[in-house]
Amino acid sequence: MTPDNKISRIQELVYEIRVGEVMQKDVITISPQTNMSDLRGILREKRISGAPVLDGEDMVGIISIEDFIKWLADREHDCPVSEKMSKDVQTLYADEPLTQAVNKFERFGFGRFAVIDRQNHQLLGIITKGDIVEGLLKKLEVDHYKEEDEVYRRRVEHFFEDILADKVTLLFQYDVAGHDFKRAGEGASRLKASLKRLGLDPQVVRRVAIATYEAEMNLVIYTDGGKIRARVEPHGIFVKVADSGPGIPDVQKVLQPGYSTAPEWVRNLGFGAGMGLNNIFKCASKMNLKSVVGKGTRLYIRIDTKDGAMSETN
Amino acid sequence: MKLTELITELNLSVRSAKAHLDREVTGGYASDLLSDVLAHGEEGNLWITLQIHQNIVGVASMKDLAGIILVNNREPEAEALEKAEKEKLPIMVTEMPTFELVGRLYSLGIVGTK
Repeated sequence: MTPDNKISRIQELVYEIRVGEVMQKDVITISPQTNMSDLRGILREKRISGAPVLDGEDMVGIISIEDFIKWLADREHDCPVSEKMSKDVQTLYADEPLTQAVNKFERFGFGRFAVIDRQNHQLLGIITKGDIVEGLLKKLEVDHYKEEDEVYRRRVEHFFEDILADKVTLLFQYDVAGHDFKRAGEGASRLKASLKRLGLDPQVVRRVAIATYEAEMNLVIYTDGGKIRARVEPHGIFVKVADSGPGIPDVQKVLQPGYSTAPEWVRNLGFGAGMGLNNIFKCASKMNLKSVVGKGTRLYIRIDTKDGAMSETN
Repeated sequence: MKLTELITELNLSVRSAKAHLDREVTGGYASDLLSDVLAHGEEGNLWITLQIHQNIVGVASMKDLAGIILVNNREPEAEALEKAEKEKLPIMVTEMPTFELVGRLYSLGIVGTK
């Protein structure tokens, strides 16, 4: 985006966003009988700079920190808030666009406006300039992410359109270095991002990511490194994790939850709790572990797309 | 409850991803074992731990957690912070120990997932 169309986006947004979307909904109100001397405590405790004054259901004024400072400066005696509040209550309707609010802030020079319902005139919230700025920034940020996602989505769609075949399989490969805890998990995290961009169900993506992460950690902790290959097909994802040693002497034993051969320092990092393979088992639709001591280990994980709706937690 | 509200209520210091605190927190999980969190944490959960190395960020983003709170005044390692910024994952710190923090979270309505 160039600076110019960023500005025009803000101009658009002030017409698009309604006052009700950015106002603060939890309104602290003050009764007209409250003493000015108590006001400071309320404003400070609630971290607000002003509040509507309500007599029963009726809004009779707005009292702000400016009124309080003026009262202090004039060194007057203590009195109820009703004597010092501004009685000229200007309001905004929750369904008005922000541009109305911007205009009113400029016209009246007030720090805040009460927001009311157009029909029943009930107090719904309060809005400051800060709320407007925050609301705009949030919307711009959301737009920004939407744009990013949109670009990826389109890219992937075109990619598939351009391929002419009876069957399309995507293959992702990640090389994992052994004993490198700084880069550990990178493969799984890159795989996760890629699968997300393909538009796969988030739950399926999470299952694949967790299973792959655990397998990657095993490569990092116990081997000199290995490879992760993920094959993506319409009905499921197949992950194959392979290393060339040292191998597992008793495969049945390592599948038992809690069994671990991790050294103390690895455990201190929070790894090696003997839960990794168990986690993979829970995420997978099918899992197969083969190992030969001195040769290496192969782990096959299949995650069916139809299992996606199931939670990955037990 | 939103993450921003919890930060104010519990006086947490935010160390990363300060622009991404607007998320709704769905619950919490406390553990120092990474696989345990991978098994039992849920999307939108807050994770309470004393682990400070960068792999906590990987685990949190695998599970799409809302954020990590480090207890006992422990500070995240520089690589963890760098990674957290990249992954837009908020890491917060508190002087409270786990027990205290979980109690406070519970009384604010953030409960476990089971």
